[in-house]
Amino acid sequence: METTEQIRERILASLPGAQVSLVTNPGLAAQHSLLLGAAHALQAALLLRDDAALRLDFCSNVTGVDWPEREVSEADPTAPGGKVKRVVPGFLEVVYHLYSVALGHGPLVVRMRTANRSDQVTLPSLTPVWRSCEFQEREVFDLFGVVFAGHPDLRRILMWDEFKDHPMRKDYVEPDDFEWEPTPHGDVLERARRHYPAPARPAKEPAP
Amino acid sequence: MLGTGLLQGLAVTARNFLGSFYDRRRFVTTQYPEQRTALPEAYRNFPFLVCESADDPMGTLRCVACQICEKECPPQCIYIEKSKDKKPDANGKPQIYPAVFDIDTAVCMSCQICVEVCPFDAIKMDQVFELAATDRFGALLMDRHALAKPNSYFQSIHPTEAGEVDSRLLAARLAAEEKARTAAAAKAAPKPAAPKPPAAPSAEAPKPSPPLA
Amino acid sequence: MNPSGLPPLASLPGPQIRAVHDELHGDLLELSMGPHHPSTHGVFRMVVTLDGETVVKLKPVFGYLHRNHEKIAEGASYLGSMPYTDRLDYLCSMTNNWSYALAVERLAGQAVSERAEYVRVILAELTRLLNHTCLAGFLLQDGGASGTPLMYAFREREKILDLFESLSGSRMMCNYQRFGGCRADPSPAWLDSARALVDGYGRFLDEYEALLTGNEILMARTQGIGRLSPQLAVSAGVTGPMLRAAGVGYDIRKVDGYGFYPRFTFRVPIGADGDTYDRYMVRILEMRESIGILRQALRDIPAGPILDPKAKQRGLRPKAGEVYSRIEGPKGEIGFFLISDGGPNPYRYRVRPPSLINLTILEDMCLGQSIADSVVILGSVDIVLGEVDR
Repeated sequence: METTEQIRERILASLPGAQVSLVTNPGLAAQHSLLLGAAHALQAALLLRDDAALRLDFCSNVTGVDWPEREVSEADPTAPGGKVKRVVPGFLEVVYHLYSVALGHGPLVVRMRTANRSDQVTLPSLTPVWRSCEFQEREVFDLFGVVFAGHPDLRRILMWDEFKDHPMRKDYVEPDDFEWEPTPHGDVLERARRHYPAPARPAKEPAP
Repeated sequence: MLGTGLLQGLAVTARNFLGSFYDRRRFVTTQYPEQRTALPEAYRNFPFLVCESADDPMGTLRCVACQICEKECPPQCIYIEKSKDKKPDANGKPQIYPAVFDIDTAVCMSCQICVEVCPFDAIKMDQVFELAATDRFGALLMDRHALAKPNSYFQSIHPTEAGEVDSRLLAARLAAEEKARTAAAAKAAPKPAAPKPPAAPSAEAPKPSPPLA
Repeated sequence: MNPSGLPPLASLPGPQIRAVHDELHGDLLELSMGPHHPSTHGVFRMVVTLDGETVVKLKPVFGYLHRNHEKIAEGASYLGSMPYTDRLDYLCSMTNNWSYALAVERLAGQAVSERAEYVRVILAELTRLLNHTCLAGFLLQDGGASGTPLMYAFREREKILDLFESLSGSRMMCNYQRFGGCRADPSPAWLDSARALVDGYGRFLDEYEALLTGNEILMARTQGIGRLSPQLAVSAGVTGPMLRAAGVGYDIRKVDGYGFYPRFTFRVPIGADGDTYDRYMVRILEMRESIGILRQALRDIPAGPILDPKAKQRGLRPKAGEVYSRIEGPKGEIGFFLISDGGPNPYRYRVRPPSLINLTILEDMCLGQSIADSVVILGSVDIVLGEVDR
């Protein structure tokens, strides 16, 4: 298969004006990815599927990643040696892993990002291009809260319909329903102390 | 011809039915609990704590309450409180011991990770599986008294693993004794080290494992 | 979703069956099969709309077994997630373990010893035998052959589970693979009993096929039922025996050549019609190929260490980066997508569940079939709800 950079060139040649950028993967696997702008994502996906040299007809895996707002400290461009803190705004990301059954190559990793994590969370659905996205995009909608425009049946899939939050987000707070257990740790221990202020655990150990 | 496939299939079921009267291969049912199959040596169920002596299990626990297993346990079913004082371990070295060691076997998923991460060979997997109880927190929450089992029991259920563990611990103990003797000799005699006599089997060195409680 | 515009079925109190009036189809019946229906292989529900006995709409409903495995794994260490992968597809814990171990090895750059690679192939193929044997039994059970084929299948499955138990200590929750190898070294006696099992398995398959393959009732119930076109199968991400039964020769063992699979000769069976019978037949033929792989692997397995004692298990902190890694599980492509931020637990942990994605086209296969056939079609998809719902 062509390198990710070549595929980017190929998309740009057919779709001038499309936003396609390369996201490098610093890990050992070096599976680099293409970041598609939402405006041209559907056309770009069709191109990836139908281009004779690529023919990425099999979308294997669709998943979301939550990137909350975080503060990074980086070198200050104005004062050498100094550091400035910069707030990177949070966003939601959807990752697609594409393979070609016809040509036997892959994976090509394609990503899309939302503008923020609260009100601008709509991305184009790629279900019209690859049918395998149908349930997986529903899952991303359910667990991460990304809204897929153009999805034929966008409902919650794993959680129940009345459920409010999106559990895979990093800032998800579990409901405070508590069941006493005898070996609590960490958060559960804190919760146990709140619910049972006196001894968190009854003394069961007999005197030796 | 229509029906030959069916007849062929019926011949198979007939063979299995009749065969089950004389062929062990076709009659595989074991009438539990009257009959029992032998458990494989690797079989694991819930963890137990290894102690050296069946007479004084709390005094001879190998566990030093380092809490690695508590941290690594995926479902977090282990609860340990360290002791305030120290007790001598098998090598005579004073060690912290677990004042509380609870395993909630209703939460435990028998994954054996506590055994793998334990650097002291203090926690091993048991093979007792008939643990049904009517009380969620009575019999299923096992404290250190219920968990402690002697090394001889460990040897009876996992002989291969226990043999490896024992030889490893013995080697470590001999090395520690060797070191202590060299240090003592160096302290007692400041003259240049003479070739030491071969270590005689001392009284507190390898003890045969205590009898099963 | 609902032709009459009535509120969805789940919100209505009372019995779960009611007639819906529709001008085009006359009386339609909306029927909720499951989540406790015995033919749905667990807690799975299909909301089926029926015109007489013909399925005109089918919506699967999931999530009854959802425990957010991915969230749990994001809070656990890399090693701590390994026993949880057993519980995804609980028939195939060995392949789940392998897929996860492979993903972490690729993320952390961990090499695997040669003996461990052989053992992994052996266990993966035994898992394939086990899974396909069970599937054939369940499929016949769904078709109405209650008991006999399933019991014969379980009798053989038990022998494989005994092997797993004597190696890993547990029949189904094996928790056996480690990063860089396997946890316990199979003894020569274990390898001998595996050889004996493999030698006898062909005979069992012959007997099983004599019971089933030519059976006229089975053929009538499965041939031409639940057709799946190769184009739709590829587009819908269907993998594993279902994809190959639709006539697409895509086997990750051949395509990716992970592990030591390139060292073994085996063929990839392909169906011609993509119907339920083909899905049954492809699995039987795959088992025969698995026996061939097992014979080669058990013959060639080298001596040597099974796991490098220096390979880090506890406190593993892979370099920041991400990886998607997949293997050919018995049900299809089981893959793991991991993002590491350099910390002790994965930043993002995702399982690609073949059972869930293979269900995408359940409605397409069932439309126009009778309600009894939809049960057989679901049986031929081969799902395990522990993996569908995660």
